[in-house]
Amino acid sequence: MKRLFTLNKYFRRNKGRLSLGILFILISDFTQVFIPLVLKDSIDALHANANKDLIIRYAIIIFALAVVSGFFRYMIRQTIIVVSRKIEFDLRQDFWTHLLKLSHRYFQNTSTGDIMAHATNDIAAVRMYVGPAVMYSIDTTIKFLIVITIMLSINATLTATILLPLPILSFFVYKLSKKIHKKFTLIQEKFSDITTMAQENFSGIRIIKSYVREAFEIETFAKESSEYRKRNMDKIKIQALFMPLLFLITGTSIILLILVGGNMVINNQLTLGDIAAFLFFLGMLIWPTIAFGWVANIIQQADASLKRLQKIYDEEIEIKESKETDNSIKEIDGTIKFENVSFKYGDELPEVLSKVNIEIPKGSTLAIVGHTGVGKTSLVNLISRLFDTTSGNVLIDGKNIKLIPLDVLRKNIGMVPQETFLFSETLEKNILYGVENLDDKLLLNRVAEISQLNKDVSQFADKYNTVLGERGITLSGGQKQRTSLARALAINPKILILDDSFSAVDTKTEEEILINLKEFMKDRTSIIISHRISTVKDADNIIVLDNGVIAEQGKHNELLELGGIYYDIHYKQLLEEELQREG
Amino acid sequence: MRGSGGKHSVGGQSQDDEILGKAYDSKLMKRLLSFVKPYKKYVVIAIFMNVVVAALGPLRPYLTKIAIDDYIVNKNYDGLVTISAILFGTLIFQAVVQYFLTYYTQLMGQNIIYDLRVKLFAHVQKLALKYFDKTPIGRIVTRVTNDVESLNELFSSGIVMIFSDVFIIIWILIFMFLMEWQLTLVSLSVLPLLIYATFLFRKKVRESYRDVRFQLARLNSYMQEHIGGMSIIQLFSKEKKENKNFAEINDAHKVANINSIFYYAIFFPIVEILSSGAIALIIWYGGGDVINGTMTIGVLFAFIQYTEMFFRPIRDLSEKYNIMQTAMASSERVFKLLDNDTIIENPTTPITINNFKGNVDFKNVWFAYNNDDYVLKDISFSVNTGETVAIVGATGAGKSSIINLLNRFYDVNKGSIRVDGVDLRKISKEDLRNQISIVLQDIFLFSGTIASNISLGDSSITEEQIVKAAKTVGADNFISKLPPKYSAEVKEKGATLSVGQKQLISFARALIFNPQILILDEATSSVDTETEMLIQKAIEKLLKGRTSIVIAHRLSTIQNSNKIIVLHKGEIKEVGTHQQLLNKRGIYYKLYQLQYKEQEVK
Repeated sequence: MKRLFTLNKYFRRNKGRLSLGILFILISDFTQVFIPLVLKDSIDALHANANKDLIIRYAIIIFALAVVSGFFRYMIRQTIIVVSRKIEFDLRQDFWTHLLKLSHRYFQNTSTGDIMAHATNDIAAVRMYVGPAVMYSIDTTIKFLIVITIMLSINATLTATILLPLPILSFFVYKLSKKIHKKFTLIQEKFSDITTMAQENFSGIRIIKSYVREAFEIETFAKESSEYRKRNMDKIKIQALFMPLLFLITGTSIILLILVGGNMVINNQLTLGDIAAFLFFLGMLIWPTIAFGWVANIIQQADASLKRLQKIYDEEIEIKESKETDNSIKEIDGTIKFENVSFKYGDELPEVLSKVNIEIPKGSTLAIVGHTGVGKTSLVNLISRLFDTTSGNVLIDGKNIKLIPLDVLRKNIGMVPQETFLFSETLEKNILYGVENLDDKLLLNRVAEISQLNKDVSQFADKYNTVLGERGITLSGGQKQRTSLARALAINPKILILDDSFSAVDTKTEEEILINLKEFMKDRTSIIISHRISTVKDADNIIVLDNGVIAEQGKHNELLELGGIYYDIHYKQLLEEELQREG
Repeated sequence: MRGSGGKHSVGGQSQDDEILGKAYDSKLMKRLLSFVKPYKKYVVIAIFMNVVVAALGPLRPYLTKIAIDDYIVNKNYDGLVTISAILFGTLIFQAVVQYFLTYYTQLMGQNIIYDLRVKLFAHVQKLALKYFDKTPIGRIVTRVTNDVESLNELFSSGIVMIFSDVFIIIWILIFMFLMEWQLTLVSLSVLPLLIYATFLFRKKVRESYRDVRFQLARLNSYMQEHIGGMSIIQLFSKEKKENKNFAEINDAHKVANINSIFYYAIFFPIVEILSSGAIALIIWYGGGDVINGTMTIGVLFAFIQYTEMFFRPIRDLSEKYNIMQTAMASSERVFKLLDNDTIIENPTTPITINNFKGNVDFKNVWFAYNNDDYVLKDISFSVNTGETVAIVGATGAGKSSIINLLNRFYDVNKGSIRVDGVDLRKISKEDLRNQISIVLQDIFLFSGTIASNISLGDSSITEEQIVKAAKTVGADNFISKLPPKYSAEVKEKGATLSVGQKQLISFARALIFNPQILILDEATSSVDTETEMLIQKAIEKLLKGRTSIVIAHRLSTIQNSNKIIVLHKGEIKEVGTHQQLLNKRGIYYKLYQLQYKEQEVK
């Protein structure tokens, strides 16, 4: 439970409101407790046949007390529960801030679903602790103390007798909700099995139909559904105990009150008004009694959730600045050098790049070709430090990139990743994503023109305000890639990296873009990864990667003469074009 | 994030599933109730138990009144003991009945949900591939899982519990009126206020909750999207900006929640105040009568308890309204799927082919997935029993469509396909498909064991048969090396197996069903030389002695086939043997250079 103390810093931020909330609980509980006492007096007065005015006065007092208590009850929620929402906000914000710092590797190895589960379920569980659980424990404790004190002062024996069943209720609530929680987890597991099965079945419907396995699949699905039903019933068997136990135990208390209390009235040790008051006090204690068991569970769940969250907080931030980072570096010129660079994704995994040496002078274009999986993307990811090298160094302007402040480095690299990712925002916001000035129409038009996006955009009704993604339109693969290119150009980078960025763009448009880029890239360094020879043939230097090493290197003509991998790729592409023209 | 000022309009953006219509639609309800029919007995018993339970609660304050007026006031201890025993007896009885009532209504609900879910799933199995082409898988899954689930509440608590609430109210009124009708009217005077407050509260909470859900959805979709695009955020050094954006959304979520607190914060105290108000009224009005001697203190006691009892069923009733609303919306979607009739029907009197030989005959076949966008144009060819025909062509040539048609996943637009001289449309789909095994390029493995993936769960297939099939295709080697052998678990889409291993498993699957016709869509993915040899050998064994149509990517398969059909942009361009076509120097020659020549070198 020690872990829960880590939340104290969040409580501390809301000290004022919290103490106010506790004060309101005190006031509300005190006023509420007076209601049965007045009721007692009024019933005793009635029994004694007092005059009617007194009775009316009692009635008014009861109502007035209820109003005051009700008002403060309202205030309690407005303070303590509001605080819990504020803390939830802080918790989630801190979580997000931490996520933003985590490295590429973490996101590659962790599914989005997992992270989302923490962000939603675990934070919600912790909120239940900081809000309702805290509120009810304070409320419950205060109420118990006041009510029991008053009850004891009226009659100790009776108090002890009728309160006897209540701890049993707390105990049952605690045990039952714990069990129910466990059963519920089992139900959820089965539900996700059913979902997976439906998902698999619908995705594999071709195989199922062609092997005529429908009947079997239905049978299996029915079996799973039946198991799901069974697990639900297992939970219901326990859950159904809840209500009966609740009124059985509270009812027993009331019967004890009537029997034992009644006997005391018969013996003149107690008045009927006392019994009425006790009846009310019992009513007041029932909810707190349940809350005790319930809160105990919430605390346990919050603790488990915090443990899971802690794991993410403990996750190592792999790519970061260090003491050696030279903060005087504000600019980058653009000469890149790979010195004996080797890279692997994990200790046990094979090397993706082995002892690679490349020099890319400022303002030149390097093209990288090679089959899938030879390490092309890994190589460029090292430049923008999505990963760090396993051994060897990447230098920019002669300085190890680890010494360059991370944001200086990245703000000078325009990256167009292989897998295009655009946000569900307007086109304009996507293109100007990396730019400070979001109203720079001139820049917007310029980069859109270079990327050959302007013609497409003029066809959209909302032009650059067209929203992308689920709520908006779906761009074609080529349009997406060109938007991604425009986004990279917009930051006016010193280094431009195109990682197979034209794969979905038709050859004609690609040619036009390449012509436009030539002008733009005049003083900049560019690296182009491509499968198409037509894209890379004009580069200053072309390297052919094969199994993590540079297999061939040179200009287009030199490589053709070599008759190796490059020549082979070239020949096949010619054939393919020919085939396309056929028919 | 939309709008930089953190503004958002709630109305127009709520998701499809959020739109709640009416709470009652007689047509839908009638159909929903048809699912209750098999459980009529449960309903009758449940309603009966309800009447009993509903009476027992209100009975107790009445007994309390007797205890006070007749025994305590008259100092009769023995009577007090007796009445306490009776009270305790009713309490136990109520507890027991209540337990079984809950249990049986839930059991009924679960059974109905089960029936509906299985029926829906079975219906989806009948739907034609055309439906799956057009509908996102996720949506169908949601119908079968979540939508059905949200009907659970209607069946398990909704229908029966509405009776329960109504009965409780009726019983309380009966007891109250029996004791003192004037005081009843006085204490009920707060009721209209309470009902009004409750329904207003429900409405407001529903509205504010919709906003909360909208904000939560926004928060989640922001996180989901930006976790996916984390590398872009980091590459463009936008961490600070995204932190600010997130804070805005997070804040809107917080505000929505705080707004919804208001309604809870105000409703519960109002209920308390109203109930105290009723008590004050009872004391005020009843007090006078007690003084005048026309009423007893016991009645006062009972009434105080009744006013407390009244509140719960009213609160519950307003909740039922929500349940009904959700159920109507879900059931509409569920029924829409149940009514979908995109089904390739079997002929009414199917022809049974005895002694299936496996002749295949395509005659002037035209086919389009959409309208007139033909992917196959005037295709004619035939495959004789035992022959292997290879189909080659670039992507998009229409090769897979031929498979789809032969399996009758779709029907031809023009022309006909015959097996053993009988039109496909005159045979039952099951008979046809039982004679055909297909091996798809994208090998689909199900969660389960290796054995169950080979037998596809067919219990008539023995363990020995599975092992034999695996041995024939050469899969036994790697399977027997796995510690649990054939019962080794296959995880999500076979992630733990290599591509080659998955292929061998799918070969074993095709072989075990011993088809007359085999359709093989060879995988293009490259595997190591050793596995390649295994696969080639396995293919040879598969093709031997049966009619086969192969979408070929392997030179060896092509060279061994009786006939090669070159498909180009939906038309047959060249037909012949490997050597004949090479000599022609046409499309096949180029394809050969592009795709197969390398294999020769190996």
